[in-house]
Amino acid sequence: MAELTAVVGIGQTKYVSKRLDKSMPGLIREAAERALEDAGCTWNDIDAVIMGKAPDMFEGVMMPELFLNDAIGGAYKPMLRVHTAGSVGGSTGIVAASMVQSGIHERVLCVAYEKQSESNATWALSISLPFSLASVAGAGGYFAPLVRGYIRRSGAPEDTGIRVAVKDRQNALRNPLAHLQLKDISFEMVANSPMLWDPIRYLETCPSSDGACAMVMENEALAGKRSNKVAWIHATEMKSEPTMFSGRDQVMPQAILDNSKSLYKKAGITKPREEIDCAEIYVPFSWFEPMWMEGMRITDINQGWKMTYEGATALDGDFPVNMSGGVLSSNPIGASGLIRFAEAARQVRGIAGDHQVDGAKKALGHAYGGGSQYFSTWIVSSDKP
Amino acid sequence: MSEDPIEVFLQPIQLDYDYTAGVSASRFLRAIEQGKLLGQRCPVDGRVYFPSRGSCPQHAVPFADDGAVELPDRGTIVTYSIVRVPSENIPLELPYITVQVLLDGADTVLMHVLDGDLDTVRMGLRVEAVWKPKEEWTTSLANILYFRPLDEPDADYDSYKEHI
Repeated sequence: MAELTAVVGIGQTKYVSKRLDKSMPGLIREAAERALEDAGCTWNDIDAVIMGKAPDMFEGVMMPELFLNDAIGGAYKPMLRVHTAGSVGGSTGIVAASMVQSGIHERVLCVAYEKQSESNATWALSISLPFSLASVAGAGGYFAPLVRGYIRRSGAPEDTGIRVAVKDRQNALRNPLAHLQLKDISFEMVANSPMLWDPIRYLETCPSSDGACAMVMENEALAGKRSNKVAWIHATEMKSEPTMFSGRDQVMPQAILDNSKSLYKKAGITKPREEIDCAEIYVPFSWFEPMWMEGMRITDINQGWKMTYEGATALDGDFPVNMSGGVLSSNPIGASGLIRFAEAARQVRGIAGDHQVDGAKKALGHAYGGGSQYFSTWIVSSDKP
Repeated sequence: MSEDPIEVFLQPIQLDYDYTAGVSASRFLRAIEQGKLLGQRCPVDGRVYFPSRGSCPQHAVPFADDGAVELPDRGTIVTYSIVRVPSENIPLELPYITVQVLLDGADTVLMHVLDGDLDTVRMGLRVEAVWKPKEEWTTSLANILYFRPLDEPDADYDSYKEHI
């Protein structure tokens, strides 16, 4: 029987394009110390550190966890690094949870980060493989044809993506940590922004951010004694599939459909749209909101765009998505998945501030990465399972 | 503690690799050096992979040596994007059209570029390869300069939809 585990501390940096006052370790330490403070702990109370970031080639520093663990305060503690491309933040949270659930540790700290100002992600993602023609420009170049495929098969109106972008950018105005704060955001502003990777416009894409996010998790014996609200982990799930195989559904990968099915089974959820109060979903390009609403079985296949259109995913809708402003508003790549998980936990702890969903008791966190091939998800609740 | 900001500077580095293609990719590359497009057939479900890496990622089996299939240099655009974002690694002039091409007889798509007006590109468009002059051919898919539209009716959506 696995140990029941809870999130008891959350720390985030303010997400910005360039943190010139902090080195990489300084940035991560800031998030980690805020999580410790929130949990009322010190480094002495932490049994192990789980660290995640996107591929090392982004900053060009190989295996940075080896020096970062000492530099942030985790000296002499066991440390584990997690790699699952863009979904890594989510996977880092899941690995950390598993360390407590398995009984190996009583209390762990996980932290994920990216310092994009010291990196060049588009360069690192536009690799020129030997003997091939380099034509895929960054993540947008990879995902735009898939968005085109989604539009064709779902019949979604072409402005669906614009509506998602406006909604997430409005939500970001309620989250002081969000990177992009566009006070005069409007449909016209997004619609008139330049087309970068057709059909994806400039304001339908995520920014490049510096930032880190950390969480402290502990077992029931410790968390159960706390008087403040904690986020109980009801279920976690990771599923992946190869990037390329014949007949692969690149738009709606089997891995996300398997992930959501298994996640809800573990969490005892039969009607996800009714039983889950809100969700933080990894949406780096606006169109992935309707796509992942379908993948996460919140609605039927090819119907996700209707949720956006009907306002269901707005902060006051029946299924709010990306209350924090999401990846579209802050994207320190390696941290972005963990931020989704942490923001889900903030909601059920009732500490999400101006972007709090009233009475949220059960929330979904989701991250994806690679060529839509890695999926990490969790369900957290204010109540024990 | 110093209040000075962190100084960030660009330090280019170069790493040179020796790349060993392996048996299967070598055969593919030797063929393309001769202007031939060689796919491989999965022994489990008979699907043709192009480009092939010698084994099936779905069934985890090696492709048989006699599973090589020569493919024509024409096919159908399955999906596409018009790219207006520069990338240091990509020597193409902006904007350019990236396409996923399903070669006739293949069961996987090839990522390449299309030469043509931006408003001619669409899903289902029939295309053919335009090759570099023969004397410039090397062991690279870049022997194909780009694809260009064929004067043919579009392919039926059902014929390629499972490859998106």
